[in-house]
Amino acid sequence: MSDVQYQSRRDWLLTDAPQTRRQARLGAIYQGWLTFRANKLAMFGLVILILLIVMAIFAPLLAPYSPFSQDLTNRLQPPGAANWLGTDHLGRDIMSRLIHGSRITLFIVGTVALIAPIIGLFVGTVAGFAGGWVDQVLMRITDIFLAFPKLILALAFVAALGAGIGNAVLALAITAWPPYARLARAETLTIRNADFIAAARLQGAGPMRLLIGHIWPLCISSLIVRVALDMAGIILSAAGLGFLGLGAQPPMPEWGAMISDGRTYILDFWWVAAMPGLAIFIVSLAFNLLGDGLRDVLDPKGAKE
Amino acid sequence: MLTVTDLNVWFGYPPDRVDAVKAASFTVAQGESFGLVGESGSGKSTILRAITGLIDTWSGQIEVAGQAVAGRKRDRAFHKTVQMVFQDPYASLHPRHSVDRVLSETLKLQGMDDIDGRISRLLNDVGLGKGFRFRYPHQLSGGQRQRVAIARALAAEPKLLLLDEPTSALDVSVQAEILNLLTDLRAEHGLTYVMVSHDLAVVGHMCDRLAVMRGGRIEEIMTVDQLRHAGATQDYTRHLIAASAGYERS
Repeated sequence: MSDVQYQSRRDWLLTDAPQTRRQARLGAIYQGWLTFRANKLAMFGLVILILLIVMAIFAPLLAPYSPFSQDLTNRLQPPGAANWLGTDHLGRDIMSRLIHGSRITLFIVGTVALIAPIIGLFVGTVAGFAGGWVDQVLMRITDIFLAFPKLILALAFVAALGAGIGNAVLALAITAWPPYARLARAETLTIRNADFIAAARLQGAGPMRLLIGHIWPLCISSLIVRVALDMAGIILSAAGLGFLGLGAQPPMPEWGAMISDGRTYILDFWWVAAMPGLAIFIVSLAFNLLGDGLRDVLDPKGAKE
Repeated sequence: MLTVTDLNVWFGYPPDRVDAVKAASFTVAQGESFGLVGESGSGKSTILRAITGLIDTWSGQIEVAGQAVAGRKRDRAFHKTVQMVFQDPYASLHPRHSVDRVLSETLKLQGMDDIDGRISRLLNDVGLGKGFRFRYPHQLSGGQRQRVAIARALAAEPKLLLLDEPTSALDVSVQAEILNLLTDLRAEHGLTYVMVSHDLAVVGHMCDRLAVMRGGRIEEIMTVDQLRHAGATQDYTRHLIAASAGYERS
């Protein structure tokens, strides 16, 4: 059946009549990429995040100094030729610390973004699909978590588990899932009585198959969008925990903790707090822009038929 | 093939309980095509949903191929005997599943072998070429989607096909195509049809016998010949026939 000739790879991808499973899937992905690429701001966000990831991977090569080496004769130097972003109160190079800190930030964001939506997706879709008392129990638990301010609850968890970066991640994940559960439940309720679910039921599909094969694919896209938009909040919460001394412990170059260090000198030596603040701002902004672009691509409600 | 006796279907609990179907009884013989007609809300589709177990609040007896069914549970044999085509082809296909995925999953669930070959044959049967196999629903027109839905229903090689207004969401020219397709498939596979419609012309074209429903009750069961030759015995049926003939000039 390969008698159809395509003008170019682009035509092959965008054809209305794909010949194979692979071509259909690649075509759908390419279509999404074209939509995403049309959003200039989202592309800008993506570029920043790719740079961040490259920076984290090659941190030891890119950083001009060790993030831990102190030089007290050279403390609180303003940005200049030797230290591009200045030095902190122990004479450590701020740029090197920021570059190494990107690893910690990515670790926190990546782990939370992996754990929280999965818990939320599972709780929400099971609640919405099963209904009845299962729904009641799961959603009341979700309500209890939602009733506390996120950072306060995370503080309580960290205080109970002990300070440290691992516990901070765990605490953030535990407090971040309830909104995803509600979102997933709402999506499930709109599709559980759809005709295509009834049709699959008539073929003898069991509840697990319906949940994983039919309901999850429709919930995941809106969850991904929501996660990308929430990333900024997660970074800020992580920085907040670091700032309060409950996240990364010294001398780890976590961005929130670095702001906390610079707080004492903020009036006379502004760069100590401002540089990590700027880094948090740029990465948060990048995630927000990326989330906006992903919404154009993935959110079925916003999509044009 | 299908015997329904004293079927009652209701929704909700007292005092808000709505009785959608009241004491409906009818029999459909093997190879027959049976129509259920009536205005919106008369309980036609509800009967189909009770038969397939999509609604479990019903009482009475339903027998399919000599086997009584109960409540909501249906066994494998039931899914292999009875399949349904839904009213709205825009809602009955999963928006993220390609035609290939829909059909292969159905065939796997029905325990079929030679899935590749069967998909090609099914698509041929419903008049879609191989080029449609890997398309997603948004790349199909309404009529094409309904053909995919029919292929999905046929995948299990059922004996009894329940058709829930299969053409009402389609425009007139496509309606005729789908109706002809259904007629051909019935002749080819020896299927039994139960077809719900509010359109007397469609039922007159497709069916041998029909039941006229109003307010959840079956008012009258008659043959299509009676329908054509003004053999209706009930006032309501005559009203319905007159209404479907269009407005008369007074």
